[in-house]
Amino acid sequence: MASAAERHTFPELAKRAVADTQLRRNIGNATQTIRAKRAAVVAEVPDWEDLREAGRSLKEHTLRSLDRYLVQLEEAVTKAGGQVHWARDGAEASRIVIEIAERHSVKEVIKVKSITTEEIKLNEALEAAGIRPFETDLAELIIQLGDDVSSHILVPAIHRNRAEIRELFMRKLGLTELSDRPSDLTAAARTYLREKFLTVPMAVSGANFGICDTGTICVVESEGNGRMCLTLPQVLVSVMGVEKLVPTWEDMEVFLQLLPRSSTGERMNPYNSFWTGVMPGDGPQEFHLVLLDNRRTDVLADRTGRQTLNCIRCSACLNICPVYSRTGGHAYHSEYQGPIGAILTPQLHGMESAASLPYASSLCGACYEVCPVKINIPEVLVHLRTRAVAQSGFTLEKLAMGAAIRMFDNPRLLETAQKIARVAQRPFASDGYITGGIGPVRQWTKARDLPAVPSQSFRDWWRTRR
Amino acid sequence: MSAAREEVLGRIRQALSRDPAGEIDIARSYRRTAALHGAELVDRFAERAEAYKATVLRVDAAGLADALERLRGRFVVPDDLPEEWLPPEFIRDHRQLGHRDLDAVDGVVTGCALAIAETGTIVLDAGVGQGRRAITLLPDFHVCIVPVERIVASVPEAVAALRTSLPRPLTFMSGPSATSDIELNRVEGVHGPRRLEIIILGETPD
Amino acid sequence: MRVALFITCYNDTLFPQTGIATVRLLERLGHTVEFPENQTCCGQMHSNTGYGDEAIPLIRRFVKAFRDAEVVVSPSSSCVSNIRTAYLRSLVDTGDEALKRDVADLVPRVFELSQFLVEKLGVEDVGAYYPRRVTYHPTCNSLRALKVGEAPLKLLRAVRGLDLIELPDAQECCGFGGTFAVKNEDTSVAMLSDKMRTVLGTRAEICTALDSSCLMHIGGGLHRLRSGVRTVHLAEILASTEGDFIHGERR
Repeated sequence: MASAAERHTFPELAKRAVADTQLRRNIGNATQTIRAKRAAVVAEVPDWEDLREAGRSLKEHTLRSLDRYLVQLEEAVTKAGGQVHWARDGAEASRIVIEIAERHSVKEVIKVKSITTEEIKLNEALEAAGIRPFETDLAELIIQLGDDVSSHILVPAIHRNRAEIRELFMRKLGLTELSDRPSDLTAAARTYLREKFLTVPMAVSGANFGICDTGTICVVESEGNGRMCLTLPQVLVSVMGVEKLVPTWEDMEVFLQLLPRSSTGERMNPYNSFWTGVMPGDGPQEFHLVLLDNRRTDVLADRTGRQTLNCIRCSACLNICPVYSRTGGHAYHSEYQGPIGAILTPQLHGMESAASLPYASSLCGACYEVCPVKINIPEVLVHLRTRAVAQSGFTLEKLAMGAAIRMFDNPRLLETAQKIARVAQRPFASDGYITGGIGPVRQWTKARDLPAVPSQSFRDWWRTRR
Repeated sequence: MSAAREEVLGRIRQALSRDPAGEIDIARSYRRTAALHGAELVDRFAERAEAYKATVLRVDAAGLADALERLRGRFVVPDDLPEEWLPPEFIRDHRQLGHRDLDAVDGVVTGCALAIAETGTIVLDAGVGQGRRAITLLPDFHVCIVPVERIVASVPEAVAALRTSLPRPLTFMSGPSATSDIELNRVEGVHGPRRLEIIILGETPD
Repeated sequence: MRVALFITCYNDTLFPQTGIATVRLLERLGHTVEFPENQTCCGQMHSNTGYGDEAIPLIRRFVKAFRDAEVVVSPSSSCVSNIRTAYLRSLVDTGDEALKRDVADLVPRVFELSQFLVEKLGVEDVGAYYPRRVTYHPTCNSLRALKVGEAPLKLLRAVRGLDLIELPDAQECCGFGGTFAVKNEDTSVAMLSDKMRTVLGTRAEICTALDSSCLMHIGGGLHRLRSGVRTVHLAEILASTEGDFIHGERR
């Protein structure tokens, strides 16, 4: 369903990606490694399926009363000394962040957990306002320095190997000597960012969870860049989608088991930070929480699509996906890639700009099986395909699909079509196989032979038998 | 500002208006406790923390003195760290130390709120003997003393116990800082402390 | 038992031998096979491609053809899965309560062939003979939608003369995915090449499965490469007996 508004369709981008030997190796190795890690730590949890069901029901419960829970969170955060802002869309959220920065005459901000701010193009807005954002996650830094685009929710630079990163760091960080050992590359990033952590007065973060009864916000991470951003600056702004709520502190017992094992394949990720408003003498003394809609309420209004908002951004679906593990993330042309990206992007950015994404799946169902909050991604994909068809104008496909229905709704027509096919295939068939053809048949036969229609259908055989 | 608030809340109510009445039940069939006790509990914690490349020592009260004696260099400690937990050379933090001061010390010694055996995690809640968050973040070496009675078996048990710590900030730590961002190779030691030593203190129960 | 056969449109058109084998097999086991001739297609391609509403006449047709059946058996896990999962979903927004009731009543009587044999009838040894080296690819619909589990493997293990070789990374999709195979031809073929690599690595002569559609994909790739390895639907293996072979060669 390529539409005029979709500048880069998945099939076009994927065509380039699957032909890129280096990319195939990088993505293939990485997804295989993380799949195995996840499988091992999930296998040691005897009540994994119970936890998934708890995660799903908690998310659906919260979404069903989202207005009430948001108000509760707002009250709790305010009572604890934080300030809560509401943003209808990305532009409004960016304006709020910029106003806070300008009030403090801040020219640089450090950033952590940046997908949501990527979704709203915050860095571009900050730069336009003369404020320089520094990404602090190692992979985000690699992306930012390389003027690159993230290709994985959790490991944004998964498409880059050590040699490429070494070359980038030497060029951008002005280093003359650097090995390609991951430990040396990591040390170079530490040295570069340490000064920023010690001096930049404002941080912008995302958030993994907002806990409604206590007003506590949670960021889950590994490197300590999160702790740096959440602890050292005087001012902290967290941009959080309105769907990221959990009702009570105790509910974290579910997500703190589901998320790390599903995402990094660890029993627990190295650091989880929880903070509640402002703590005198410890951490930022000014805290702002920006609650972001940006079409999430439209997703909520769609009863089938709504489950997309269960997502806790673990990325297990990317790693297990046979499509993602061959194309990598850039083919999705979005900050959200893989199966979750294929359903989230059209819903957040509009079907008209991403109509090919719901088709970027063989519907194999592996994503649904690993999803820690049981998002039935194949179901939502099919649902969005229906919307893509409904929104597109006249296409040859629609014409053909309509004709096929008329044929299938009439056994005589089906038999006639079988007879016609036996004749029509003659120029392309030999030894029982078709190797050429036109239209979709040609798409098939470019790399695969197609069995020719045999002279006798099952129906014909059944009649001869009687 | 409040116009946005009213609009977003209005959209949510509109989105939910066609839903059937009533709440969705939360499925709570998962484990709230894990059957881990005594020596097995402590062993599991030690094993899982080591799996994260933390160094684990197990000592009694006398052994603690020896373990601390080994610590070379200047260590920052929270101002209420018990006397018998102090390393040879220490600086008490009364929140007077700046970030650069903390960046310049050799390490930090703290206690913890609790530890989780199944995941090898220590949790600090800014309570007694733990200090503010920056002191366990900027120094490159974190020594954390975990009394055996502070070890719980599972995540749900930890979460239940931590309810009373709120609204103080909580930090869960599992091993030293780490990254897997380059070809998914795990590297220990990024921005947070590059080394974590856990000293399990007390007689291992039967 | 009176078994109504749902042959599926592509088996009817492209793989009649799969349907013939299903009939032979069920009759050999003592069942009566019926073939309601007004059946055509379950509508899977339409509903999976975004034309679910358009496919509703096919749901109505399916129900009409099979409403009175004692059981419906089909040699296709993807079509059975479509009937089980997509039918009621497609009808949600229609006001056709009678059709919804009919579908809900019929669905529990619709079975994929291997599940019917092992789970419904409790049969594992169907008396088959097939002197070939065979590997089994669990198609996504059989594995994850229908959860057929060990059923096809139990049947294959009981086939005399058959050498069953485990397929590495078996749970990986072959890349067919219906219209995905043509809409995303490059990615589909990239997935297929890995599947063919594992199939060829087993040194099996035959790759079998519960879906002729996925087999058409794998087989189409293997034939293009002139690999000499063929794809054969499980029904054909189970229908084979000693009489079908002379000196190890198929008659």
